[in-house]
Amino acid sequence: MATGVAAWLPFARAAAIGWMPVANCPMPIAPRDNSKKQDELIILNVSGRRFQTWRTTLDRYPDTLLGSSEKDFFYNEETKEYFFDRDPDAFRSILNFYRTGKLHYPRHECISAYDEELTFFGIIPEIIGDCCYEEYKDRKRENLERLQDDQEENMDLKMPNMNFRETMWRAFENPHTSTMALVFYYVTGFFIAVSVITNVVETVPCGATANQKDMPCGERYTVAFFCMDTACVMIFTVEYLLRLFAAPSRYRFMRSVMSIIDVVAILPYYIGLVMTNNEDVSGAFVTLRVFRVFRIFKFSRHSQGLRILGYTLKSCASELGFLLFSLTMAIIIFATVMFYAEKGSSSSKFTSIPASFWYTIVTMTTLGYGDMVPKTIAGKIFGSICSLSGVLVIALPVPVIVSNFSRIYHQNQRADKRRAQKKARLARIRIAKSGSANAFLQSKRNGLLNELLELTGTEEDEQKLTQKSISLLESQHHHLLHCLEKTTAHEFVDEQIYEQNCLETALQTYPSRSPSVSSHDSSTRTCCSRKRKRNVPLPNTSLPTTHSTHQGPLQELSAIHIQCGDPLSHTASRSNLNLKTDESSRINCKSGRITTAIISLPTPPALTPDGDGFHGPPQRRPPQPPSHPPPLSIQTTTSSAGANIVKVSAL
Amino acid sequence: MLNAIWETEGLQTVGIVVLVFASIKLLHLLGLISFSEDSVEDELELSAVRHRPEGLEQLEAQTRFSRKELQILYRGFKNECPSGVVNEDTFKDIYAQFFPQGDASTYAHFLFNAFDTDHNGSVSFEDFVMGLSILLRGTVQEKLNWAFNLYDINKDGYITKEEMLDIMKAIYDMMGKCTYPVLKEETPRQHVEVFFQKMDKNKDGVVTIDEFIDCCQNDENIMRSMHLFENVL
Repeated sequence: MATGVAAWLPFARAAAIGWMPVANCPMPIAPRDNSKKQDELIILNVSGRRFQTWRTTLDRYPDTLLGSSEKDFFYNEETKEYFFDRDPDAFRSILNFYRTGKLHYPRHECISAYDEELTFFGIIPEIIGDCCYEEYKDRKRENLERLQDDQEENMDLKMPNMNFRETMWRAFENPHTSTMALVFYYVTGFFIAVSVITNVVETVPCGATANQKDMPCGERYTVAFFCMDTACVMIFTVEYLLRLFAAPSRYRFMRSVMSIIDVVAILPYYIGLVMTNNEDVSGAFVTLRVFRVFRIFKFSRHSQGLRILGYTLKSCASELGFLLFSLTMAIIIFATVMFYAEKGSSSSKFTSIPASFWYTIVTMTTLGYGDMVPKTIAGKIFGSICSLSGVLVIALPVPVIVSNFSRIYHQNQRADKRRAQKKARLARIRIAKSGSANAFLQSKRNGLLNELLELTGTEEDEQKLTQKSISLLESQHHHLLHCLEKTTAHEFVDEQIYEQNCLETALQTYPSRSPSVSSHDSSTRTCCSRKRKRNVPLPNTSLPTTHSTHQGPLQELSAIHIQCGDPLSHTASRSNLNLKTDESSRINCKSGRITTAIISLPTPPALTPDGDGFHGPPQRRPPQPPSHPPPLSIQTTTSSAGANIVKVSAL
Repeated sequence: MLNAIWETEGLQTVGIVVLVFASIKLLHLLGLISFSEDSVEDELELSAVRHRPEGLEQLEAQTRFSRKELQILYRGFKNECPSGVVNEDTFKDIYAQFFPQGDASTYAHFLFNAFDTDHNGSVSFEDFVMGLSILLRGTVQEKLNWAFNLYDINKDGYITKEEMLDIMKAIYDMMGKCTYPVLKEETPRQHVEVFFQKMDKNKDGVVTIDEFIDCCQNDENIMRSMHLFENVL
C-alpha cells in the first residue's frame, strides 16, 4: 500500500458505504483489529533530547525504522522510552517527515552526516521534497567527486600482486608510477608533437624550383613526409593495441572518448594506404587528411588543463547549446531583414539570404570585416540594431560557462592541494595507529610486571603499578591480540626493535646452528652496536635450536627464547657467557633498567637454578652461578606446542 | 581552374567532416559510444540495499540470546552499518581496526564467508546473530562445527592442505611484519604440517569433520580454549 496515505485509510473505508446499496452480492468480512492498544504517546529520546509523538504518526511509514518493529531493539525498559544515540538536530527533520510527509534537507548539515542519518532510520533520500531536492543532489555530487579523487589516490598506493596486464594498465593510466611508464609517456608525447608539426609544415610552401611556382613542402619532399607519417602512425597503432590489450574491460575501453580519438587519428592513414589505387576517390583521400589534426587531441592524456577544458565544455553542454540556438535564431532574423532592406540598392553584396548570414555573423560577434556593408539607410539602421543585440546574445550564456569552469578548476586545485597534504595526513594517521599498537605492547609489559609482582608479593610495588587501570574494552582487545600471539607462537614487537632485528640479521651471516663461535661474534657485534641500554642483546642461538622456534641470529627485545634440550647446551651457553664477561660495561646495566624478568622453565626441572646462569638479572649473565639468588626467579610452565622454551624477558 | 578544384575539395572536406560527426553522434545516441567517463557515477546512484531484521521475539526464539543482549548487539551492529547489512568491504574495515599492525583482510574474507551462511554476498543481522549464538552460547560440538566450516573454504566437507595453508597465511598476515621472532616464509607451512600431523588420522591428506571433532575433543588445550569467550556479552 502506498506509504503516507495510511492515515487516510479509515476515511476510504467509511466512504465505501456508498457502494453498499448498489452491490448485489454480500460483502466480505472485515479484518478485525485485535490489538487493543489505544493510540499512545511514544517518547523518543535522542541523545538526551526527548521527542514525543503519537504511535500512529510513526506507523505511517512502516518500512522505516521508527515505523516498524525494528525500534523495539532500542527500547529501554527502565525509562519506558526509545533511546537513540544519534544527532538530535538531524533527527528533527526526520521526525518532521513523519509528521508532515515531506522530508527536508537542512542546509547547514553536512551531506554525508545527513545521509548516514537517513540510512540509519531507513528513509530513502529520494523522498526529499522538491524544495530541497536540488540542493541535496548538488551537494551529493560535489561530495562524490571529492571522494572519487581520494579513491583514485588510494588506488595508487595499494600495490597488491598484479599480473602483467594490470601493471601495464596502471603504467598507462598513471605515468608517474614507474620509469618505463614515464618513458613511454614522453615518447608518445614527442611523437604526437612531431606528427602535428609534420602536418603543419607539409603545407608550407617551400622554395620555388625553376620549373614550377611555389609548391607546398609536402609535395616536394613526398617521400620524407611519408616516412615520418608512417613512423608516427606505427607508434600510435602500437600504443593503441597495447592499451587495448591492457584494458581491464576492453569493451568499455573501446567505447571511451580517448580510444575514439586514437582510432580517428590513425584511420586516415590506413584508408589512404588502401585507396591510393583508386583514382576517383583519391580526391576524397586528400580531404581525409584533415582528420590527422585529431592527433592533437591525443595530448589531452598528457595535459590536465586540456582535460579540464574538455570536461567544462561537456558539463556546460546545455548552455552552449542555448547559445548556439539563440545565435542561430538571431542570425536568421537579421539576415532576412538585411537582405530585404538592401534589396533595392544596386551593386549590393547582399545577393541572397545565405549571403547575408556572413554579414550578420560578422556583425553580431563585433568582428566587422567590412567586406559587406549596407548602403541603404534602412540597412544601416538594422545593421546597428544587429550589432547591439549581438553583444547581448553572446554575453548571456557566458557567465554560466565561466562559473562551471571555475568550479571544476577549483576542484582540481583542491585535489592537488589534498594530494600535497596527503603525506602529512598519512604520517599522522600512522602515528595514531602505532599508538594503539604501542598501547598493547605497553600493557603487555605492565601485565607481565603485574604477574611478577603478584608472585613475589611485594605489596607496595604492586599497588603502584596497578594504579594505571585499563578500561575493560582495552583489556579485552589486548586479550584478543594476546590470543593471536599464542596461536601463531610469535609476538608483537615495537617497530624500532624489529628494524634493529633486521639490521642484525643482515649483518650476521652465520647459521643458527653453530653455537659458540658465531654467537660470540654476534654477541660482540651486537653488543657493541647496541646504543640503547634498555634491552640486552643476548645470544640465544648459542644453543641448538629445534625446528619449531624460528630464530634469527640475534633477537633481543621483549623475550628471548632459549632452547634447552640437553645438557650439552648448557655448557655451550656457559662458554658463551664466559665470553660475555669481557664486556664489563654491560654489567653496569643494572636491574634498575629491568622492569621484568620472567623465567619460565619447562616442567621437568632439569635445570637447577644454580646450574646455569639463566637466572638473575638477564643483562649480566654471570658465568658461574650467581652468588645471590635473584629475586626474580619464577618457575612457570609455558605451553607452546610442546617445545621446551626458556623465556627470559628483559625490558 | 585551381580555384574550382580547391573549392570542390573544400566542400568535400566539409561534407566528410559533417558526416563523421553525425555518425559519431548517432553511435553515441545508440549507446555504443560513451562520452562521459563518469558513467560509473550513475551506477553508484542506486540506493543502498536496506534490510530490516526480524522481530525481537523471533530472534530470541532462534538464538540463545536474551532480549537485552539482542538489543545491545543490534545497536552495535546498526551503528557500524546503518543500512542493516554488512558487505564484505565494510566487514574487512571493521575487522581491520582490531589488528592495526597487520593485514586482516584475507582472514576477514574467510570470516565473512563463514558468517554469510546463505552466500548472498552480505551479512544481515540475522546471519550475524546466528553465528554469534553458535560461537558464544553453542555446545562444543557446534563450535567445532563452525570452526571446521571456517577452515573448509570451498565447503566440500574436507579440509585440504591448500585450504589450511590459505587460512594459516591469513592468520599470520594479521600479525604484520613487526614480530618476534621474525616471521619466515615457511612458518605457515610448518604450522600446517603440525596441524595435519595431529588431525589427519588416516593420513589421506585431508581432514574430515569427524577426524577434526575427534581430535579436538581429545586435546585438552583446545577444549579449554573453547570455553574462553563464553562471557563476552
